[in-house]
Amino acid sequence: MGFVSDALASIGLNEFVITLMFVNAILAMSIYLTLYGGMFSLANAGFMAIGSYVSVILTQSHDWPFLPAILAGMVAAGLIAIPIGLPVLRLRDIYLAIATIGFVEITRIMILNLDKIIAEAYTRLHMESEPPKITNGPLGITGIPVETKLEYLVVTVIILSYFMIRMHRSRFGRALAAIRQDENVAASQGINVVYYKNAAFILGAMMAGLGGGFSGHLSRIIQPGSYGFGTAVDILAYSVLGGISSWYGPILGGLALTALPEVLRPLKEYTGLINGVVLLIFIAYLPGGLGDPALWRSVRKTVGRIINFINKGKTADAGA
Amino acid sequence: MQASNPVLKLKSAAITALVMLGLALLAYELPDILDKKVLSPEQHLTTVIWVGSVYSLFALGYALVFSILGVLNLSHSAVFMWGGYIGVMSVIRYDVPIYYTLPLAMLGGGIIGVLVDLIAFAPLRRRNAPRISQLISSLGASAVLVNLAQLEFGTSPERFPRTTLKELPYEATVARPYTIGWLGAEFRITPLQVSIVVIAFALMFLLQYLVARTKTGKAMRVVAFNQKVAGLLSISVGGIFRLTFFLAGALAGAAGVLYALAYPSLTPFTGDEMALKGLTVIVLGGLGSIRGAVLGGLLVAAFEVYATAIGYSWLKDALPFVALFLILLFRPQGLLGEATVKRA
Repeated sequence: MGFVSDALASIGLNEFVITLMFVNAILAMSIYLTLYGGMFSLANAGFMAIGSYVSVILTQSHDWPFLPAILAGMVAAGLIAIPIGLPVLRLRDIYLAIATIGFVEITRIMILNLDKIIAEAYTRLHMESEPPKITNGPLGITGIPVETKLEYLVVTVIILSYFMIRMHRSRFGRALAAIRQDENVAASQGINVVYYKNAAFILGAMMAGLGGGFSGHLSRIIQPGSYGFGTAVDILAYSVLGGISSWYGPILGGLALTALPEVLRPLKEYTGLINGVVLLIFIAYLPGGLGDPALWRSVRKTVGRIINFINKGKTADAGA
Repeated sequence: MQASNPVLKLKSAAITALVMLGLALLAYELPDILDKKVLSPEQHLTTVIWVGSVYSLFALGYALVFSILGVLNLSHSAVFMWGGYIGVMSVIRYDVPIYYTLPLAMLGGGIIGVLVDLIAFAPLRRRNAPRISQLISSLGASAVLVNLAQLEFGTSPERFPRTTLKELPYEATVARPYTIGWLGAEFRITPLQVSIVVIAFALMFLLQYLVARTKTGKAMRVVAFNQKVAGLLSISVGGIFRLTFFLAGALAGAAGVLYALAYPSLTPFTGDEMALKGLTVIVLGGLGSIRGAVLGGLLVAAFEVYATAIGYSWLKDALPFVALFLILLFRPQGLLGEATVKRA
């Protein structure tokens, strides 16, 4: 085990980066669920922020243990997803994307200004006591001890993968697939479209909240600035580059896209540029993503053909 | 809608409660806001118009590509930033007269736009990739453009040198505004602001003319309607796509130069702030509608300017989205967009 981690560290993948890779894999899986139901929702960065802030505030200011706090963050994200999902999921395509980005930005701005709003309310209501500081504005919450461990994340990813595999063949998964293909046809076959869309949205939000809780206890500092438009699009990029036609695609995408800039770190100022170029090449040549089942089938076929060819050569040699 | 549905009842009750809460808050805040005596509201109107016209011009490029190809081009903001740099750097490095920066940046932006199409969109179109993959590849193109700008120009803010601004007629600097009296209100406008508004609106009218009145515009609309049919009518679909990207890039370049004239701080990350603003603008006004983009730009600028003026600057980035939320819930096609019926 030791030499494996040494070898990984030598190409820039130290333990922190590997842990982060798995956090992003969880986030990528969270958006896969809504995409599977045909919903182009980018709200997950907002739910990630909620999960992250709730769990960090619970462990830091209220002395909660790590795991209950993480679960509380997950539940909080799920609860907020209910009133957001009901109106927003009536929208489609790009309108849904923009409305959910609106949610992400509003969440970010509310977190940024929460202390200011509370202080204002205290002065308006003539309260004597000092207003509490909850989110600490743009500076964020600092000095968070690192409690996220790689083992937790691997276990979480395995549990979520099991859930995803089962989902595809369940009533829930089939209903989502039907909704993705055609909402009206699905509705006319007696599928409760509103229910299933919202359920997928809420479950995705809970997964994003979980990922946010893990990331909050990994990076030592959380700031509202790290949960905006850019993060929302990054999560989408993990999922799409990994491939949204299989459950393992988003995991691969999350792992690969987080590792890529770290591996390219020795290029110094060219890191960002090459990162973008690699992203472009990947998506141009693998439009179905890294986890595209068709790609893996063709790889297996090619490998099989090569092995066959070698074997044939051997038998031919033996015959001669 | 059946009123007997308990979920709907709950929803309408929730919406009513939210609206009531909002109105109560507004009524509570209103005396306070009025008390603050917003410094000359008509002055803010001029700011809204000239800032909003730059937003509209920028957002039109998004709208153009979206309505013809049906994809969101996330690299549009990076082309905008490059347009600004082409304008500023041609003056700083090569002493180009300031009048030529606008056409230069438009040409440069257009060429970058076509390159983005060739590199990020055309290969995916050939493979019939889903639109969501094209979105991600435009994100990659954006990253490449931003990083190239960072390598070439550094990250410290750049601006048009003050001396070159004086070349403009009537000493078009911010220092010497005109005062115009109209309907009892006084507007203070600098010639620079006037030229920004005039250029922006002229370009938008040109685009409207091109799309609505010319044969090329008709071909563009056919391609937007149905690519196969366009091919049958011997319209070069690929050519129309390239033209669309050229036009969108040129608009972004022009908006970049106007932005650099208005704000003296151009960095490789300027585009990132505009990316989201542009999206809000086109969705507020209605996707694919030129008039909608103009209205959306002015609205977003109005939210920003007036929120700051009444002392709620922290809300200025959230307000357009709150408006967007409400508009999307009641008019999903945007303010001026046309509803499309989706059939099974």
